[in-house]
Amino acid sequence: MTLFGVSTQALFGQLLLGLINGSFYAVLSLGLAVIFGLLNIINFSHGALYMIGAFIALLGLEFLGMNYWVALAVAPLVVGLLGVVIERTMLRHLYKLDHLYGLLLTFGLALIAEGVFRYFFGVSGESYSPPEALQGGVDLGFMFMPLYRGWVVVASLTACVATWYVIEKTPLGATLRAATERPQLVQALGINVPVLITATYGVGVALAAFAGVLAAPIMQVNPVMGSNLIIVVFAVVVIGGMGSIAGSIVTGLALGLIEGLCKLLYAEASAVVIFVIMIIVLLVRPAGLFGKQA
Amino acid sequence: MKLKKLALAAATTAALASAHAQISDNVVRIGVLTDLSGVYSDVSGKGTVVATQMAIDDFIARDKPSFRIEMVSADHQNKGDIAANKAREWFERDRVDVASELVTTSVALAVQKIAKEKNRIALVSGAASTRVTNEDCNDVTVHWTYDTYAVANGTAKAVTKTGGKKWFFLTADYAFGHSLETDASAVVKANGGEVLGTVRHPFPGSDFSSFLLKAQGSGAQIIGLANAGGDTINSIKQAAEFGVTPKQSLAGLLMFITDVHSLGLKVTQNMYLTEGFYWNLNDETRAWSKRFFDVHKRMPTMVQAGQYSSVMHYLKAVKAIGTDDTAKVMTQMKKTPVNDFFAKGGTIRDDGRMVHDMYLLQVKKPAESTTPWDYYHVRATIPAAEAFQPLSASKCPLVAKK
Repeated sequence: MTLFGVSTQALFGQLLLGLINGSFYAVLSLGLAVIFGLLNIINFSHGALYMIGAFIALLGLEFLGMNYWVALAVAPLVVGLLGVVIERTMLRHLYKLDHLYGLLLTFGLALIAEGVFRYFFGVSGESYSPPEALQGGVDLGFMFMPLYRGWVVVASLTACVATWYVIEKTPLGATLRAATERPQLVQALGINVPVLITATYGVGVALAAFAGVLAAPIMQVNPVMGSNLIIVVFAVVVIGGMGSIAGSIVTGLALGLIEGLCKLLYAEASAVVIFVIMIIVLLVRPAGLFGKQA
Repeated sequence: MKLKKLALAAATTAALASAHAQISDNVVRIGVLTDLSGVYSDVSGKGTVVATQMAIDDFIARDKPSFRIEMVSADHQNKGDIAANKAREWFERDRVDVASELVTTSVALAVQKIAKEKNRIALVSGAASTRVTNEDCNDVTVHWTYDTYAVANGTAKAVTKTGGKKWFFLTADYAFGHSLETDASAVVKANGGEVLGTVRHPFPGSDFSSFLLKAQGSGAQIIGLANAGGDTINSIKQAAEFGVTPKQSLAGLLMFITDVHSLGLKVTQNMYLTEGFYWNLNDETRAWSKRFFDVHKRMPTMVQAGQYSSVMHYLKAVKAIGTDDTAKVMTQMKKTPVNDFFAKGGTIRDDGRMVHDMYLLQVKKPAESTTPWDYYHVRATIPAAEAFQPLSASKCPLVAKK
């Protein structure tokens, strides 16, 4: 049976791959959306922090014998703390200024981080093996599915849903949202708003590190792995609507699928298809698919 | 009094200098223009600066030249315009005699043109395209280490001849990838093979699984990787992940030892590739590479070894004829065969191509590798005469004139 001139087998395979890539986009864009939605900062260092997450897994294994599962917890923690330091020492001074300053600062930090890692590790990077339990794969009939990729989908979707739930459905999330919309009022109620904001930034970048560890066994761990991805992820956030939590998750997955389809039908265009969609969305709905229209 | 002495000394030197041939201001300046921070910095980069310094030190120690030698280096960031500006500055202001290394084709093409204009020499080691010695050839440029023809030709021919008849190409979607694919396809067909399909992936890419899935479904025995650097690395890694290898085999059309090093032998084992140099070929290469390793902490790539060889050949030519005059040095360099640890009986053709033996290599299995960086079986030596594009097919006007 064929569809669009390709066999359904190939089509299923490509859609599944799209879903896998989409789940990466979802976790990364979710972190960005959380940070922008609650802090109004365009966090350009997200890609670099994703890269640092992957390097923590790699170096932890090399020097401390830290296995993958431990890395999955440790890397977000370390990067989260790093985020706290960045927020307390630098970002907090910029809240009163235009968005652009936050963008420039985080962009600068990303360049520095990349430069430092390049100095020590070169550009080719190193390989990181998937954990024993997830090596190999299963034959699904229409494609060979590496177990690890399946795990990536499960882990990212769990992280996405959990984050969404905390922010949209719990009292903590409600306080957080209130604190960003009416900080003075919330502070007057006895809640320590600056600490909340710092913690939010920490959690946002921890998500980037989480994605970094997930990516380490799939992609070569190298200093530029983040900057290769971050532009696409920003496009995802813009399409979903800056700051929309659910929007970024859904858009991430959907764009992964569309990109997968494009790779099958006309591979040459697969690098631009997301940006074409971004342009169309911006023209039709400037606030993004799920953003609140101003 | 002092002044008089000085004037006298100057006059004597000037007289001596004109009596002999001349080395401009008695200093030979060698510029290393390379990628110190970007995607090619592992393949060339700082290692080529180290190699150049080694060549200069060795030359001074052994040949005791009467002239001084200076080295300058700069990062061109893989941008043709930055490279062009730097080269111009070097030639015009800093009186640099040679611009060398010049990784990436756009850089090499830009600098060789300026070298011609300013009548200085360009020694190309890292750039890959055959254009350097074809459409864009000139009489002040030497392309030293390898080119796309030599690496694609060697691998494609060997693999096709040993039974890998059905090919599928995974090609980086830009000029370099296309030319690599075209060169390799021609060789595959000429040796009785067929090309079942090709997929062009965006450059640079990070996820190749979709493309690999296509290759997997194509029924090809061999998947030719017409890409380079990070793209090649991720293609190989993900091919292993999706069970493409070992059922189908990969052939890297442009790979370096640093790629194998960063991927590890587990995923690269049994791959074929062609290089112009391998550190573990013989006692001579091992001795040189060990010295290089002591400084750089990594074994040399062919680009770094070729850089040493080209600079040494240049310096020997200058010493032999006692001048750094571009035309005379070029004549001397072309007249003298290249015999060092890098090349045996290498010659520089009229089109500027330095032809030398290339090596068909196969990556070892993890168990077969006994020492660090012990990565290859040498499967064949491709003689200089076969390794490079024959002059009869050249598009270089310097050759066509004959």
